[in-house]
Amino acid sequence: MLALVDGNNFYCSCERVFQPWLKHRPVVVLSNNDGCAIARSDEAKALGIKMGAPWFKIRHFEEEAGLVALSANFALYGDMSDRMMTLAAGLGHAQEVYSIDESFIDVSGIPGDLVRRARIIRRRIHQWIGIPTCIGIGPTKTLAKLANAIAKSAERKPGSYPAHHAQICHLGACTPEELHALLVATEVGDVWGVGPRIGAQLRAQGVHTALDLQRMSPAATKAGWSVVLEKTVRELNGVPCIEFEDEPPAKQQIACTRSFGHPITELQDLQEAITEFACRAAEKLRRQNSHTGHIMAFIRTSPHREKDPQYSRSASIPLAKAARAANVLDGHARFSLLEKSDDLLVGKSCGLHIRHSPKLADFVPSIWYGSEGAGQGNSKDIVPPLSIGCQ
Amino acid sequence: MLVFYTALSNNMPQLSTPQPLPPGPFLVNTFPASVQAGFPSPAEDHQVERIDLMNQLIKHPQATFMLRVSGQSMRDAGILDGSVVLVDRAIKPESGHIVVAVVDGDFTCKTLQTRPDAFRLVAANPDFADIVPTEGQTIEVWGVVVASIVQHGT
Repeated sequence: MLALVDGNNFYCSCERVFQPWLKHRPVVVLSNNDGCAIARSDEAKALGIKMGAPWFKIRHFEEEAGLVALSANFALYGDMSDRMMTLAAGLGHAQEVYSIDESFIDVSGIPGDLVRRARIIRRRIHQWIGIPTCIGIGPTKTLAKLANAIAKSAERKPGSYPAHHAQICHLGACTPEELHALLVATEVGDVWGVGPRIGAQLRAQGVHTALDLQRMSPAATKAGWSVVLEKTVRELNGVPCIEFEDEPPAKQQIACTRSFGHPITELQDLQEAITEFACRAAEKLRRQNSHTGHIMAFIRTSPHREKDPQYSRSASIPLAKAARAANVLDGHARFSLLEKSDDLLVGKSCGLHIRHSPKLADFVPSIWYGSEGAGQGNSKDIVPPLSIGCQ
Repeated sequence: MLVFYTALSNNMPQLSTPQPLPPGPFLVNTFPASVQAGFPSPAEDHQVERIDLMNQLIKHPQATFMLRVSGQSMRDAGILDGSVVLVDRAIKPESGHIVVAVVDGDFTCKTLQTRPDAFRLVAANPDFADIVPTEGQTIEVWGVVVASIVQHGT
């Protein structure tokens, strides 16, 4: 049995702990450079503000509805997340931290009333750090996630689900009839793993609710859709298909991107941004002891300003030799992106995506440096050269 | 720290003879081996961890936050303007505790006094009046102050 503990409107809730006057007000937290809303309080959601809404489009609520917009403070959210995760871990015997505000807890074999236990943990998180949470419990990750969504909706939108599921919902303790009713009341697009595109395709085929999806044949799903959706169908039927990962796997992709506060027009600004991203990406690579064989660099104008002329360039750069040094990434990204950019350079955002190189054996180093603590001579431990001024 | 160089491939140059670097890959390796020089330290077997102030002061690390106080209202309790207070939210507030409370959306640091039928927030400075909740006003205790830090002469 798995539980999913999830902080409600996490970034907004973190801000409210330290700015109590924000309580009961509509609040949004804006992305880097105050580009768009990345967290919304319930009151902001009630105003119809969508996730990712650009600030200039919702700004009018400031005067009309007292909307408060805050710049993201990720250092704070990271610290609050740490605190929340260690408290949530008390629910069971193993934990997978799934994102900054969500973790799966393995509660199989825990004796006693799970709902009561969850209620105690939930109350403790709220009392100790001031963050409201919802907890969903189910036999698989997909069902735990679904239970969590039910717990949230039942609290936020009374009438959407039976009220006793608010805050904590245990699908494993439901009677078959109750479970049936909950699945009927859940739209297929709200099931974990069903994106907007697949959701639309499913609806076109007459699959409207979570129950319809649960009743699909796994074999037909695999043949007609994908292995991923087949796993979702099996998981909805209580068969675990998505592994529980106590230890986070190395990231297959690292992205460093940002919207600029103002459109940039100077070449030097672009170069500086790319260098910064290359350094950050290289740092992340080294932290997980991997290399990249591929870089993607892009620059584009704001897609939210439909009236302005649109410009977008990207460069996909396979590396002859896998690398993780900032200067190597930077050099390649700059060269390729600038080669493609023409004189008209009005960028609003730019970024780097780098792909994890799975086979370290492919790594043929041109310069290897020995360093203290390089240990057994394992190439993983060898620190690559860095360009001066990056760190 | 001694560093041993090992040649992992046969076509490597002898390290004792100065030679130009080869054009191809060249591996230099280190081993974390250290050789003791001088008399061994007699304290080596008696080392203990240094006192960690945070461990001494904080009982519930997840629930403890540091806030900086401004103003003189808690002066007589030793909490001065600019003091840092450690606030533990896991402790159940009781009468006599110094607490951080939220009054009308703002933080305030005061002593909590409760009676069966009422409560008030009392300053530790005669210049400040007690805060008594008015009709319909909610006062929320945010956390209990477990320590205060005053830095001197800096």
